[in-house]
Amino acid sequence: MKNTTTKRWMLDMAAWTLGVLAGIVLVTHEAAAGGKLSAPADDRWKAECGSCHLAYPPQLLPAQAWRRMMSQLDRHFGADASLDAADRAHIAAYLERNSASGRRVRASPESLRITEGAWFLHEHDEVAPATWKHPAVKSAANCAACHTRAEEGDFGERNIRIPR
Amino acid sequence: MGTGKLALAALAAAGAIGAVVLPASAAASVDELQKRLEAEARAGSAGFSGFSAQRGERFFKSAHGGDWSCATCHTENPVAPGKHAKTGKTIAPLAPGANPQRFTVAATVDKWFRRNCNDVLGRACTAQEKGDVLQYLASLR
Repeated sequence: MKNTTTKRWMLDMAAWTLGVLAGIVLVTHEAAAGGKLSAPADDRWKAECGSCHLAYPPQLLPAQAWRRMMSQLDRHFGADASLDAADRAHIAAYLERNSASGRRVRASPESLRITEGAWFLHEHDEVAPATWKHPAVKSAANCAACHTRAEEGDFGERNIRIPR
Repeated sequence: MGTGKLALAALAAAGAIGAVVLPASAAASVDELQKRLEAEARAGSAGFSGFSAQRGERFFKSAHGGDWSCATCHTENPVAPGKHAKTGKTIAPLAPGANPQRFTVAATVDKWFRRNCNDVLGRACTAQEKGDVLQYLASLR
């Protein structure tokens, strides 16, 4: 009788510990997936992709989307962003090597606009319409307007400051 | 001794390769760029009579029948910082008098003339046009 109670207690404890551990793993995984988007630094990617806008982290689009984008840089969302062949090949390889996997791939936008993907829209569904129109924001592509450490690939909630 | 010579030879070879490879991204100056553009302009037109800062300014501030001019992003006063017309990102001043890093790498100059002429005029700029604009920008203090 006593033995059974101890056994049940031990089983409960084990289940509880497992649950807590699983919770910790999940939370860390989420933080890694949503907050930090660090890829090994690449000077050419940072300089070329970052001259007209923030150098968007490669993890925000799947490989096939980057491939398509890098093959039409002379018509890049209404502007000519063409590169010489060597830089183009180098940056395309870097983007594809570090591209999105998992749910961001499934939610990849047909338009190639990161901000029109289901994943992006879901992550931003709490943002008020007025915020997007704020003069300091101007465009959903302007990550750094709210994500104060976006330049370092840090999109964590802790570093969000929404302009009022 | 033999190894030392070999190492020296290897270094010299590497240097020679470097010298051949480098020019694409080699340092340049406004004067060097103007000389190159002048040679190109002479080859393209027998009537070439030099570059003009005044003509460059008119060219810089004109929309050429489209939506954008050079000044749309670089402002009417290119010693001041500009702003990208689409993204709003700050653009460092374009005039070399205000920003000594401008017009120092030939490949970078070529890249941006290629892109921006295509965006503003829907075609490549001629050597005359580029030389005029450069003359104008270099005259600003």
